[in-house]
Amino acid sequence: MTLLELTATEQLRQLEAGELTAAELTRAYLERIARVEPQVQAFTRVNADAARQQAALVDRRRRQGDRVGRLAGLPVAVKDVLCTQGAPTTCASRMLADFRPPYDATVIARLRAADAILIGKTNMDEFAMGGSTENSALHPTRNPWDLTRSPGGSSGGAAACVAAGMAPLSVGSDTGGSIRQPAGLCGVVGLKPTYGRVSRFGLVAFASSLDQVGPMARSVEDAALLLETLAGHDSRDSTSANVPVPAYHRSVREPLNGLRVGIVPEHFAQGLDADVEQAIREALRVYESLGADVREVKLPHARYAVATYYVIAPCEASSNLARYDGVHYGYRWSPPPAPVGGEPVPSPPDADESDLVRLYRRTRAEGFGMEVKRRIMLGTYALSAGYYDAYYLKALKVRRLIRQDFDDVFRDVDLVASPVTAAPAFELGEMVHDPLKMYLIDLYTVSANLAGIPGISMPCGFSSSGLPIGLQLLAPSFGEEILLRGAYRFQQVTDWHRRSPSL
Amino acid sequence: MGITKDQVRKVALLARLELPDEQLEVMTGQLAEIVTYIDLLSELDTDRVEPMAHAMDLANVFAEDDVEPSLDRDQALANAPRHDGQCYLVPAVLGDS
Repeated sequence: MTLLELTATEQLRQLEAGELTAAELTRAYLERIARVEPQVQAFTRVNADAARQQAALVDRRRRQGDRVGRLAGLPVAVKDVLCTQGAPTTCASRMLADFRPPYDATVIARLRAADAILIGKTNMDEFAMGGSTENSALHPTRNPWDLTRSPGGSSGGAAACVAAGMAPLSVGSDTGGSIRQPAGLCGVVGLKPTYGRVSRFGLVAFASSLDQVGPMARSVEDAALLLETLAGHDSRDSTSANVPVPAYHRSVREPLNGLRVGIVPEHFAQGLDADVEQAIREALRVYESLGADVREVKLPHARYAVATYYVIAPCEASSNLARYDGVHYGYRWSPPPAPVGGEPVPSPPDADESDLVRLYRRTRAEGFGMEVKRRIMLGTYALSAGYYDAYYLKALKVRRLIRQDFDDVFRDVDLVASPVTAAPAFELGEMVHDPLKMYLIDLYTVSANLAGIPGISMPCGFSSSGLPIGLQLLAPSFGEEILLRGAYRFQQVTDWHRRSPSL
Repeated sequence: MGITKDQVRKVALLARLELPDEQLEVMTGQLAEIVTYIDLLSELDTDRVEPMAHAMDLANVFAEDDVEPSLDRDQALANAPRHDGQCYLVPAVLGDS
């Protein structure tokens, strides 16, 4: 087994035992990036020099016997939606092409404190809006298992770089499935923590009541390791929960008996790809063989989740993205210069439009891509006079019903299992002109964000055409320990997560 | 419920977006389709359901009123497209520019 095929946990063991240096590991990943990144295009930026320096420093400190952090020497890639001080943070948007935040996101500060090697920032759908990474203003990312297909999104780069062996660990964000869906389509592990488990300070806001930062990795053990570094209370995020962080990297391996796994019959209804259904049912048989009690449960309002989500998320987005005004930071439209010796260019005859409003509108017209505009428009419409009660307030009420469904279900079972998506990775360009079809991909994932509960996606098989298939597990709020342990049990007896694409 | 092009034009102004006519056309069709789907929610009776704005039942979170270091002006202005070293610059809002 080559160095890059080891899990992060195994690499860390070698680093700690002095059998491997951070410099060697970082060099191996940078060489892999040089070889396969031109095809996959998972990154918006690779920090080769900074990574090498950081690795050398970690090695020196380790040699000297200094205290080093939990992830000391492990390369970590970070979705380009997290602020990195003084370094570009683009959100894959023209709007933030030149933005260099004056501070680090809390999770970035935690990664630095843990002595992780920040190897690069990963591509995404613009402002995390989308499920294919085709909405990136820079370039689409390709699925390492089939370069003609999408890696999913919005954390498509974060998933693809782990799948392609360009980083052992990465950090994504998940507002409606943006960690779990690309993890599923790329055959890696992705975990969306409980709302409030990980600080959102310095995470560029999309929908603030739904956004969560989480780990992506090759194995469940690795995801537990990274989550432990990311999680914890932060006074700079008032929605961050003051709940102790368990030692996930240890508890993940604790034995687990009498696990109760719920399945929802509607999740296996029409529209589910036959290969996906077969893989999920086989995964459930694995759980049964491990002694788990797999039983049917009801989530009566699950069928309303996508509609609820596509009211709440765009409403919050339209408000959050109002900050991009061409004034404080980011892109700004400038009027074309007046022709020499001639009259200034006349403004269009719009009586309502002052020069300032024109600046706002043109800045936003040129700075945002179509999907971002679509969500801003949808949210502005749903919040506008006469529609607020019918859409936004209505959606908030249905959100409570969805949450109550989960509260009821988790009285009877420990975890709920389902597909991550109804089908394996789709072709690039297949859905870009059909936004509603793209939204419906989120069917299995959005409920967890609406309810605020944690969910994990992990590989559980392959389609007949060789594309990875993901299994989703959901747990009650702050149930990350049982979620990780439940997922780890599966990986102990299967090797789907050990497969790598041939690139 | 149908959405008209005029409504979409008005929403674009509210959202401070400028949409050329051909985009307005496409956007009207797409929003209409999405809103029709969202109307699925109307089949649920939610009269007695409390709205849920947040995933956690958080009360107000207070912090001690301590002065802590914050960004200095140069840092705060560093990403501004136009500034004069003290203030952000925008087109004149009152009177002639």
